[in-house]
Amino acid sequence: MNTVELVIIGGGSAGMAAACGAYEAGVRDILILERDKELGGILLQCIHNGFGLHYYKEELSGPEYAERWEKKIEEYGIAYRLDTMVLDITADKVITYTNTVEGYTKVRAKAIVLAMGCRERTRGAIHIPGFRPAGVWTAGTAQRYLNMEGYLVGRRIFILGSGDIGLIMARRMTLEGAEVLGVAEIMPYSNGLPRNIQQCLRDFEIPLYLSHTVTNVFGKDRVSGIEISQVNQKFEPIAGTEKRFDCDTLLLSVGLIPETQLGQNAGVLLSPKTKGALVNDINETETEGIFSCGNVLHVHDVVDFVSEEGLHTGKNAAAYLQNKLMRAEEANVSAGAGIGYVLPQRVRKTLAEAVTFSFRVTDVKKNAELLVKVDGKVVKSVKKRQMIPAEMERITLKAEELNDLQSELVLEIRED
Amino acid sequence: MIDITIIGAGVMGAAVAYYLSRYNCQVVVLEKENDVAEGTSIANSGIVHSGHDPKPGTLKAKFNVEGNRMYPDLCAHLHVLFKQTGAFVVAVNEEEKQILQVLKEQALDRQIPCQEMDGEAARQIEPNLSDDVIWALSLPTTGVVDPWEITLGMMEEAVLNGCELRLNEKVVAITERPDFYEVTSENNGQISKLQTRYLINCTGVYGDDVYRLLEPELDFFITPRKGQYFVLDNTIAPLVGRPIYPVPSTVGKGILAIPSIHENVLLGPDSEEIKDKENVDTDRARLAFIRQALTKTVKNIPFDKIIRSFAGLRPTPSTGDFIIREEEKHPRFIQVSGIESPGLTAAPAIGKYIADEIIAAATKYGLKTNYQNRRKPLRLAGLSIDEKNKYVQADARFGRIICRCESVSEGEIIDCIHRPVGARTVKAVKKRARPGAGRCQGGFCEPRVVEILARELGISPMEVMFDSQRSPIFVGETKQAKGE
Repeated sequence: MNTVELVIIGGGSAGMAAACGAYEAGVRDILILERDKELGGILLQCIHNGFGLHYYKEELSGPEYAERWEKKIEEYGIAYRLDTMVLDITADKVITYTNTVEGYTKVRAKAIVLAMGCRERTRGAIHIPGFRPAGVWTAGTAQRYLNMEGYLVGRRIFILGSGDIGLIMARRMTLEGAEVLGVAEIMPYSNGLPRNIQQCLRDFEIPLYLSHTVTNVFGKDRVSGIEISQVNQKFEPIAGTEKRFDCDTLLLSVGLIPETQLGQNAGVLLSPKTKGALVNDINETETEGIFSCGNVLHVHDVVDFVSEEGLHTGKNAAAYLQNKLMRAEEANVSAGAGIGYVLPQRVRKTLAEAVTFSFRVTDVKKNAELLVKVDGKVVKSVKKRQMIPAEMERITLKAEELNDLQSELVLEIRED
Repeated sequence: MIDITIIGAGVMGAAVAYYLSRYNCQVVVLEKENDVAEGTSIANSGIVHSGHDPKPGTLKAKFNVEGNRMYPDLCAHLHVLFKQTGAFVVAVNEEEKQILQVLKEQALDRQIPCQEMDGEAARQIEPNLSDDVIWALSLPTTGVVDPWEITLGMMEEAVLNGCELRLNEKVVAITERPDFYEVTSENNGQISKLQTRYLINCTGVYGDDVYRLLEPELDFFITPRKGQYFVLDNTIAPLVGRPIYPVPSTVGKGILAIPSIHENVLLGPDSEEIKDKENVDTDRARLAFIRQALTKTVKNIPFDKIIRSFAGLRPTPSTGDFIIREEEKHPRFIQVSGIESPGLTAAPAIGKYIADEIIAAATKYGLKTNYQNRRKPLRLAGLSIDEKNKYVQADARFGRIICRCESVSEGEIIDCIHRPVGARTVKAVKKRARPGAGRCQGGFCEPRVVEILARELGISPMEVMFDSQRSPIFVGETKQAKGE
């Protein structure tokens, strides 16, 4: 069995950045395993603009953004395998993968970065009742058909869920000549980025039905219509509020779930909140030498932050391989009032470097204050005009702000 | 003149075709849908029942017991996955415990192995049994099978031995002539007629409607009885190791937890008599009821691991029993109607009975001397790396995984397309090789399956159907693809 210093599972934005981060920190024996026919991951089907604003200070399409990282991978001469599926990872870092060239192959890694991204929540997982005809797709699958294969899945579309992919698809399908009849969102607020609500729905006068969900699907062979209903505060449909739409397609943009199955095989422990791994400030999971970053760790809404997270993770995986990693006792990081989740979940104490925390609020917060408490004491507070669950927030704490950390760091929201 | 025509390619039609294909006779199967196993056979519990449950003296009891005994050898012969899991019928109070006694007597009368135990002992074996369970009847000969796979296996071997399967042929008229029947069928507006000596009605919920094409005065009718299910992800440890039945009620065997042959657990079915024979929709209230009802017998149900819900229809006969007979008024018209549960279990026994005791006995058809066995479907799951690599060396496409949830390679998908009774649709591929049956429900693999189907069948992706002939995936090409 071959041994590789660092194996990266997934060649999307997170995996490519992790590889670059590790390379720049001096690791040369790196192998990226990618299941698709090219590097880039989900970026390749995101042909719209809006990528790179933070990282490159310019607006790129998904493929353009991916290409910049692919070029770096090529320039560094980092090895990768395409059309390659990883089937298993063990706790002692033996990876089984397969492709048409090598067949079923095992390789031993000294460190692993999990960068498999996420998958879309399906109709089955949210129990949409009704018939089960052709014409119900997750928005990402329809996006792949449209942008990569060149086929249109429908002409009269209804979209459930106001996640960003759903919004982007509403615009994309409209531009392709399809009619988007509406978007239903079970929450009382949208789950997409505000700019997408404006540019993908309002600009095209596509109605958004907040506090609504799909309660029936009609059509035995191909979707012939759907029914939506308003929901109450417990998200139960309210009888008498049903509206029927005649359409041939229902697209679902109802959430993304980290694709963690491989990590679980290796015994990586998961957070029930993020559904991704539990990690410390260098994104190392609770299994030593197995790291995680990008959408498999927690679902991001901006790729630039994925790249940053990947670079940071790769750099630290390198330090781990080079025995340069500073090990220290770890303190817990918790989500307090108003915070849905915060990452990392653990942070090394007596750390001589700044740590960036990522979090999402539980619901829309207006004119609220974000408090950082170290062992019960507020060490930092930031006033925010608005925070919404759809937007991942970040806060960086300087090394000196973490100096006194002994047992717990809590992020919480104080509202007036 | 065709010797025998079977209407319907569900598990029942497939079983009749399979047992007839051993004889020297010409057999045609007419199926109105785009694949085999599209009616009752597509959506049921997949249990090979022991035979303890049907009322004494019924055809259900007779064929259930016989079918159960046939399954292990039949599946081994056809290379169909089968697992004798055993089953528990569980009681939660004294009254139910009394009913278990009746079932036990019934089982013993039929020489069905069984054993009683208290709730504690049952929970030792099935830790997720509800704490309320006080008594259990263990039925070790119960098994699980994939109803799609057994239907396909029997039909494929029948076709291999000369049986002709005609898909998308809906029978619209039957005329009785002195020595034969004339059967008119329609395929997309195209009318065809055939002449057949024997006609066998295996049409599930349509059993009465099809017979009515020949006979205006029916002595039975079929009511579709809907059952809804949840499917749990197979990446978690199965909730139960064997089907768990509550004590039966007047409307059936109750709501079960069933470990499927593919290690998903099915939760269901409920039971609802409906009118529309095409109505397989699911509804919120019924699914909520299933969740509630199950908590009586099983605990720790991971409802957050549900990947799908579905509904199927059982053909419930007004007579209360299977209707299996050569019609007196219509010689050589063989009725196989009302094959509701335990129909999947009984199907091989019924098929064999019809082939051997009704048809061969009357016609003296001889047995084939050149009978062909079905080739084993290529299935890499469970093989060692070295064994898998032997496949890859022969064809590199066995090294490319198309469905990551169920680990299905491109080679396996190609195999299921090019076999007799090959897959022609996305759903047909799922029924044979399982891409799309996992937790992502086809989100990842469906575009790849569409591409493979188009390439292997030599058609445009625009022509690839999801399931029926009226279920296209695509409605057009994008502006860019069209060069606009």
